[in-house]
Formats: sequence, structure tokens, C-alpha cells
Amino acid sequence: MSALAIDARGLTRRFGDFTAVDAITFHVAQGEVFGFLGANGAGKTTAMRMLIGLLEPSSGSATVAGYDVVRDAEAVRRNIGYMSQKFSLYDDLTVQENITLYGGIYGLTNAQIAERTRKLLGRIGLEHARKELVRRIPLGWKQQLAFSVALLHQPRIIFLDEPTGGVDPITRRRFWEMIYETAATGTTVLVTTHYLDEAEYCDRLSIMVDGAIAAMGTPGEVKGAFGAASLDEVFLRLTRPGAA
Amino acid sequence: MTREAGGSAGDPRAVAAHAVEVRDFTKRFGQVTAVDGVSVDIAQGELFGFIGPDGAGKTTLFRTMVTLLVPDAGSVKVLGRDVVDDLWELRARVGYMPGRFSLYPDLSAMENLQFFASVFGTSVEAGMSIIEPIWRQLAPFAGRRAGALSGGMKQKLALCCALVHAPDILFLDEPTTGVDAVSRREFWDLLDRLRAGGLTIVVSTPYMDEAIRCDRVALMQKGKLLLVDTPQAIGDAYPRPLFAVRATDRLGTLGVLRRFPHAAAVWPFGEVVHYTDARAGMADASIIAELETFAGASGVDDLEVQAIDAGIEDAFMWHMMAQEGV
Repeated sequence: MSALAIDARGLTRRFGDFTAVDAITFHVAQGEVFGFLGANGAGKTTAMRMLIGLLEPSSGSATVAGYDVVRDAEAVRRNIGYMSQKFSLYDDLTVQENITLYGGIYGLTNAQIAERTRKLLGRIGLEHARKELVRRIPLGWKQQLAFSVALLHQPRIIFLDEPTGGVDPITRRRFWEMIYETAATGTTVLVTTHYLDEAEYCDRLSIMVDGAIAAMGTPGEVKGAFGAASLDEVFLRLTRPGAA
Repeated sequence: MTREAGGSAGDPRAVAAHAVEVRDFTKRFGQVTAVDGVSVDIAQGELFGFIGPDGAGKTTLFRTMVTLLVPDAGSVKVLGRDVVDDLWELRARVGYMPGRFSLYPDLSAMENLQFFASVFGTSVEAGMSIIEPIWRQLAPFAGRRAGALSGGMKQKLALCCALVHAPDILFLDEPTTGVDAVSRREFWDLLDRLRAGGLTIVVSTPYMDEAIRCDRVALMQKGKLLLVDTPQAIGDAYPRPLFAVRATDRLGTLGVLRRFPHAAAVWPFGEVVHYTDARAGMADASIIAELETFAGASGVDDLEVQAIDAGIEDAFMWHMMAQEGV
């Protein structure tokens, strides 16, 4: 089994004549927080769908948690967690029902579900809302709950697709502190965001432009390579050449 | 495009002092008070921003300002007209771009534009002088189905559709949510140009960094206004000494600073940590020296501390903590 959490080599996906992801090669070490950045339409979502075993690459290969994303897609999905802003929890189920549902899907026993529910709700301070419908709890809590539920089966890697949209600045920062606590336990985190200040919190990051990785490294390395004062400036130069 | 505030001659309200006057406005949905006693004035020609997270009440306020909701208490006037009594007149004079995608995905870009023009009894040709700078970027895709446009292009088309009838005031509810940083910047450049033409623009956003592009902003949280002022004044009014702290171990530094007995607020801010000291009026140099000593004793020996001016996000978090006792 590979020591790398993610090892992508020449990963490519074409849709007809359009190359959405163009031979990207990168790796993420176990326990790293990796920022996966790019403009809308740069290919981030397509790349992520290949990494979580939902979309077959046109060429190239990748292993995630040591499993090949094509041959062992099932094993990949068992060993990862996924949370997105758009879909994560069922609004018409209660907090407890959502946890039980996901626990069941991941094959946890009732005892495990009960134990982990208790810990999870304690950690995010949501015990009082166990019987609330998810659609009635505030967005910030919903995000923390979705994140915790995606970790319920203790995956080695968690993929977060724009997890912090629309929340206040304090809630956004608390979410990142949860990300750090999670990484500190050895879980790898791959996260996409439109907040470039959040990208500064990553151990390493990549910036995709037109399907390819145009910059990669620690936030300091990336800024250094472009002689830029901020990631915002790097992002602007990469995505709108000539504008800056 | 007429930019006079008034409508019919002889109406004492015709020349409105303010483009928008909100007085003690409250709106409830069942048990939830979405907007709770909000009062604010927006001047003619102003680019005014409501900044706040989801659930702050921004959309409820916007829907009321564009006559789609009726206040439970208080009053809302736009262009000197009451949003309840004068709704038909107002509807013809306001432009509104809702937060959710508001176009017909199966119609082409041009067909959408024609549709919105016809609803307001005008034509694309008549509105072209207003929308031309935006439409120019869209024209190559005029025949493409709106549903097949990129996110940035959809947003520009929605803006054209909200402007084609030459409104006297434009309401944009979260026009940039979910849009990447560079596209957001370009969208604000468009708003600058519209404002330069004299149009009053009221915009909402969850992105604190966009506040700086507004003439004035209202910080909104849980149905209430925390603060209304210019972005500069909001930063200037920050009530305590604020510092940017830099160290190799940023996370460790967060923990250390939070244990410092005089810490009032400690938050990560990109590559630095923003530290607010609880002691107003203390000299920056003394605070810096104390912090360095304290951090050194906790094993952080490469602390760089610099006094800084507060931004909107600092101010927002400070007032949020005050409101909630976080």
C-alpha cells in the first residue's frame, strides 16, 4: 500500500473534443491539508470526481488511500469521506436520522453508530438538536455536521468541495479549526475553496488553469515562484494573463 | 435613461431625499424573525452593500425592497414610493437580480433578454445603450441556451436582464456567490461603471472583501444591522489595538495567543494571525514586547508582531462577538 494518500499520474479526462482535465500529476501525503484551487470551469470538480471513483479517467492513473481509482473504485469509496456544499445531508431527515443513515451505508454496527453519534454531537455542540430536521438548523452547524458525518466511518482521506460558502467569518474559521484537528489525527484533507485567505491555511496547494496544474507547492513557495505578495495576486495572474 | 428621482409632477414625494428608506422594518416567517427592526437610508447614486452570512436576512430585505414581500411592521420606501401602496409603479422602476439563477435555461441569451425587455414594455434596442458594456462580452454567445452558459456569463446575462428596462435603482442579491475570486472582481468592475453613470445600486454579499468596493455598507447578522458606515470608517472605529502576528508555526501561535491573559480576539487571517488586545489605549510597543515575551516562554521564538488597521472582516467579527457574547 502506498504511503501517499493521493498519487495521481497524468490523470486526464476528455468530454468529446474538450479536455476537462489535462494530464495532471500530483501527490498528497497522509495527514496533509491540500488546497485544490482554480477558477470556475478549470477542471477541479472533474478531477475530484475521478479521485473519488465516480468518473473514469480517459487516460493516466491515480491511487487514493492506496487503491487504484479504476480497478478498486469500490475500495476507494469505502476509504474516503466526501462533503460538498451542494449535497451532503438530507434536509427532511433529523440530525440523528442522517447520522444513522450514513453509518448504515458505511456498514457500522448500531453500537458503533450510537457511540460515534454521541462523540460527534458532543464535539460540535449539537446534542440538543438531535431530533431537529436538518433543514431547521443553521447553515454553519449544517456544515460542521456534514463534515462530521463524512468522517463517521473514519476514512483515511476526506474531500471537501467548497465546504464554507455563505457562512459568517467566525463560523468559517471554526470550520477550518475542525479541519486542522482532523488532519492532526492523521486524516488527509483535500479541499476546494473560493476564499483565497483559506488557501493560506493549507500545507500545500495547487492552482488549476484550463485543466492543468499551473502552480503547486506550499503557499509560501507558490507566492515566491510568482514574486507575488498574496495568493490572490497569483490567482489573478494565472487565470487572467494580461489583466494584472 | 432618466436619473431624476421623481415621477409625476406635483407629487410632494416625487424628489425623494433617499433612494431607499427603511424604517423599523420587521418580517417574520412563522416562528422565525428574518428581519428584526431594521432602519437604514440609502442615498441617490450610492453603491450600497449589505454584508452578512446566509440567514442574516439579506434576501428578505431585498425581496421587500423590490415589492415581493410585505413588511409585518415598519415601512420601506424606494425612490420615495411605499413598497406596499405603490408597488405597480415601483415594479417598473426597479431592476432586480435575485440570488438564484433567474433566467430561462431553454431560451437563448438573446431570447432571455428580449423576454425581459418585453415584460417591461420596452425592447432590447431601446435598452442597449445601458447594457452595451456588459452585453459586448456576451454577444458571441447570444444564440447559446442560457442553461449552457458558464457561471460568469450567466451572471452577466442576468445583470443585462435586470437592466434592460433602464431602472432607476438596481438591486443585486448575492450576485457573486459561488463565483471565483477573479470573476467576482470583474463583476464589481462592471458595477463601478454603472455607478459612475449615476445609477443607485444596492447589493448584498457574504464576501467581506467586497465591502471595500461599496460607498457604504451595512453589516448584517441574524436579522439585525450591526453597523452602517463607509468601509474606511468601520475599520477606523475598531475599538481595540489590533496586530498582525506572523510565526512559522501558525497553529501553535493561535493557541499561544489565545492563552495570553489580555487577548480579546485571536483569529487566523490568511498567512498571519490577527490579535486584538483587550486593553484600549495601551501603547502598541508595550503590547508587542509583552506578546513576544509571552510567546517566547511558550516556545514560539520567531514571533513577528505588527500593529495594523482593522478591516471589515475584523470589525464584523468584533461586533458579532459583542452581539452574541461569543
